[in-house]
Amino acid sequence: MIDADVVVGLEVHCQLDTKSKLFCGCSTDYRNDGPNTHVCPVCLGLPGTMPVLNKRVIEYAMKVAKSVNCTIADESEFARKNYFYPDLNKAYQITQYDKPLALGGYVEIEGDDGKERKIQLTRIHVEEDPGRLVHMGNAERGRYSLVDYNRAGIPLIEIVSEPDMRSPKEARKFLNKLRATLEYLGVFDSEKEGSLRVDANISLRGSERVEIKNITSYKGVEKALTFEVTRQKNLIRRGLKVERETRHYLEARGITQSARSKEMENDYRYFPEPDLRPLHVQSWLKDIVLPELPDARRERFVQQYGCSLNHARTLTGELKMANFFEAVVAHDTGVCSLAATWIADTLAGELNYRSMGIDAVDPIKFGGLLALLKEGSITDKSGVEVLREMLDAVKQQKVPEDPKTIVNRLDLWKISETGSASSGVILPKIGQISLEVVIENVKKANPKAVDDYHAGRKGALNFLVGQVMKETRGKFDPSDINRYVTESLGDTLKK
Amino acid sequence: MVTEKDVEHIGELADIGIDTAELATFTGQFNAIVDYFDVLDRVQGNGAVARDLYNVLRDDVVEISLSQDEATRNAGAREDGFIKAPRVM
Amino acid sequence: MAVHTISFEPDDRYNAFLKVCTKPSHGEGKLAGVAIAVKDNISTQGVETTCASRILQGYVPPYDAHAVELIKSAGAAVAGKTNMDEFGMGTSTENSAFGPTLNPCDAGRVPGGSSGGSAAAVAAGMVRMALGTDTGGSIRCPAAFCGIVGLKPTYGRVSRYGLIAYANSLETIGPMANNVADVSLLMSVIAGHDRKDTTSHDKPYNHTPSANIKGLRIGIPEEYFGKGVDPEVAAVVRRAIGRLEELGAVTVPCSIPSMEYALAAYYVICTSEASSNLARFDGVRYGPAADTRKSWHAAYQDMRKQGFGPEVRRRIMLGTFALSSGYYGKYYAKAQIARENIRKDFARLFADVDVLCGPTMPTIAFKLGEKSDPLSMYLSDILTVPVNLAGIPAISVPCGKVQGMPVGLQIMGRPFEDERVIDVAYAYEQVVKP
Repeated sequence: MIDADVVVGLEVHCQLDTKSKLFCGCSTDYRNDGPNTHVCPVCLGLPGTMPVLNKRVIEYAMKVAKSVNCTIADESEFARKNYFYPDLNKAYQITQYDKPLALGGYVEIEGDDGKERKIQLTRIHVEEDPGRLVHMGNAERGRYSLVDYNRAGIPLIEIVSEPDMRSPKEARKFLNKLRATLEYLGVFDSEKEGSLRVDANISLRGSERVEIKNITSYKGVEKALTFEVTRQKNLIRRGLKVERETRHYLEARGITQSARSKEMENDYRYFPEPDLRPLHVQSWLKDIVLPELPDARRERFVQQYGCSLNHARTLTGELKMANFFEAVVAHDTGVCSLAATWIADTLAGELNYRSMGIDAVDPIKFGGLLALLKEGSITDKSGVEVLREMLDAVKQQKVPEDPKTIVNRLDLWKISETGSASSGVILPKIGQISLEVVIENVKKANPKAVDDYHAGRKGALNFLVGQVMKETRGKFDPSDINRYVTESLGDTLKK
Repeated sequence: MVTEKDVEHIGELADIGIDTAELATFTGQFNAIVDYFDVLDRVQGNGAVARDLYNVLRDDVVEISLSQDEATRNAGAREDGFIKAPRVM
Repeated sequence: MAVHTISFEPDDRYNAFLKVCTKPSHGEGKLAGVAIAVKDNISTQGVETTCASRILQGYVPPYDAHAVELIKSAGAAVAGKTNMDEFGMGTSTENSAFGPTLNPCDAGRVPGGSSGGSAAAVAAGMVRMALGTDTGGSIRCPAAFCGIVGLKPTYGRVSRYGLIAYANSLETIGPMANNVADVSLLMSVIAGHDRKDTTSHDKPYNHTPSANIKGLRIGIPEEYFGKGVDPEVAAVVRRAIGRLEELGAVTVPCSIPSMEYALAAYYVICTSEASSNLARFDGVRYGPAADTRKSWHAAYQDMRKQGFGPEVRRRIMLGTFALSSGYYGKYYAKAQIARENIRKDFARLFADVDVLCGPTMPTIAFKLGEKSDPLSMYLSDILTVPVNLAGIPAISVPCGKVQGMPVGLQIMGRPFEDERVIDVAYAYEQVVKP
């Protein structure tokens, strides 16, 4: 539902995945190491030190700019943003102010009305990350902070959109598209904790703009904005004014809260960074070769593999998923459409439930599972059970078994109809018990359902089929069971 | 004309901690200097600077960092490898 | 490299040193065994570096400034850290938190600033050479006041890595000594590209001073001999220039109209940059410890109030004001335009003449405590700041006395013609040698 009144803009900060920091040679691979172990005089901001710009950061930033159709400035330069905070060790952040690297551009998303939309961008620039604060103590023992400067100097790219999104959902789609694009370019690792931060601006038509700072999860952006729309609409409904302010998103509670600090009216006293020289990199643009990007890959999946648009969209929405899909079908081109459904719908859900990444799945084993499904050796229900076994094994840090092994172990082989085409069909057996017997037992145990069926209630059939399926533990196709039960209840068996 | 209120505001912006005793003296000195700066009002030109150096860049190569001890050694207070700082309230 | 130690126990009655290294080690090279004093805003590994400020007391850098690495590689021994105006802000070394340095020529007078300690150490014969820094005249002024030689190199010719920044776009490290040959020798060690300083140029200095200045064209800017310059000082300098003419140089009267804005432009730019550079001293990572029981802003304000002297706080406020919203266009932006005009004026003059000459300072060294008004102190810099704004090289060489106090002849040259500036100073020095 498009709300014509909602206007959203985003400022997205992503850590660029270079080996060394923006202005010094410290390694960027700090997440598993102790505090203050990835710092040097430069990123610690010791007096007398000077920044030296990492070429790869500019190359990566230009790749991003090219992929979203920006123009590169003839001359760009760095500036100091001055403010005082314990995690900002020089008391200024080196960023770009009035001469950013790139201007304009757009990101295409599927709008809320189903049509493709271009979300316009304002600019893209490069800046450094500050350090990280841990808040300690309490009112009695006294409050203080602990600072870790490992993160200080990590290169960030800031992508600023125009206030062009019309709903929290569009904001989420924009963010997902941007994330996917950056992953495809190989300049960003979305799985690294804290690698993406978003500031969101939202206003309802006629009201003041509210800024929500420092949202650190993708889902959080949509939630925070949804909360804001509700909050602001409630204020307006009660005849109150929406204050122009900065708010924080509290992830755990799913709400936004007014920021009590006086950050809003900060005068940052920007001036050009005297220790760095300007950039003339417009001419580099033509030599930048972009890899296949999400939209092009989505198109190719539709053309080459016959995926539905929706499946293609889901599969190409994450680089790893797209790669996984292609790895699976490369091994066995026959399983294309099965793979699309099973990866986009089933696997994604099972991974999400277990908080696992698609890295955990062996595409060959997965392909093997699809092969069993394709040849009809197991039912869909059994397929899910096998998949769950495989994933759970990985979660317990064991090597998952081959799908066939699991099917054997759990006795999930599908039993199909045997016998001739004559009216007297011999119903299959599970072990020693025949399906015929199971059906008779279910009918005896549920006389009311049988009567309901004969009274014309089709729902009763589903119930009886469900009971039979439960007893036979997925070894039969639901449609087959349906036929046998129907036949048993007295309708003509259709072949 | 810079007033004492203006100087107080600048003191807050700069977090420099001026107390009331110094305010009058600072304001007087400030005004004399800022009045002298007014000569810049008459400067003509567009200031476009011909720079001699641009695109000064380094390769993305990892270099040795300081040890945790070296990095935190000058700090007034440390805790578990972190540096202790007053908290923003 | 073999390591030796020397013994250094100077009689420092002038308070030139903040810290003396009594048994400095040294290696081999063209400065082997030479004891060199290093101004205390230049980082020295393992040796306390304070910028003559309380806010950096106890700070021991874990690294050497590039220039210090170079003099050590050339075999020099770091004799100690010299006194200065706090963070380089001053023209007299009276703004040190640890007491002023006295002028060895007259202990009741200032040695000049901000490299007063380095100048006094050399003038008193405690060391043969010293490193100073020059942001608006801070090498040349004390050289003139103490009667020694001091060179402000072309901006970018000597690495600033390790120089604790006051005004990044204006300052440079430079050599000070009793004679031009030693200044030239020290320059040859410290000049050159440093990949850690992206404003540094790849222009090493390998020059032996030459006294041949036949045919040299010397511009005499009228602003250097106008109002504000003591007539006796002007007369001594004119006589010195006369000696250069006797050696075959030709003088050409000229003018630098944009000098009218130079001092204002200088003070707007240097205070703006300083207000940003000095904001990092919060007592968290180095310096006297911040009180972590207080709130951040309260602790930060207290630290700056206790740790900075009044001149530093004044300049931080001026700079904050000049950069603040609403004032940036009036002050900072205009100052940069004025600066560019000054650079163009010099370039225009240097199309016609090779060097410019005039007094280094408008007066002789004033008495301690004499200049208590900040603005009158700033006005003493009028003849030195244009050079920093334009980034060109300039040297001060002693050229006579007024009332028994030394007077400095300032020689200014084209960008990267430090060699020529050295030659002119050398020629003068040689011709007046007794």
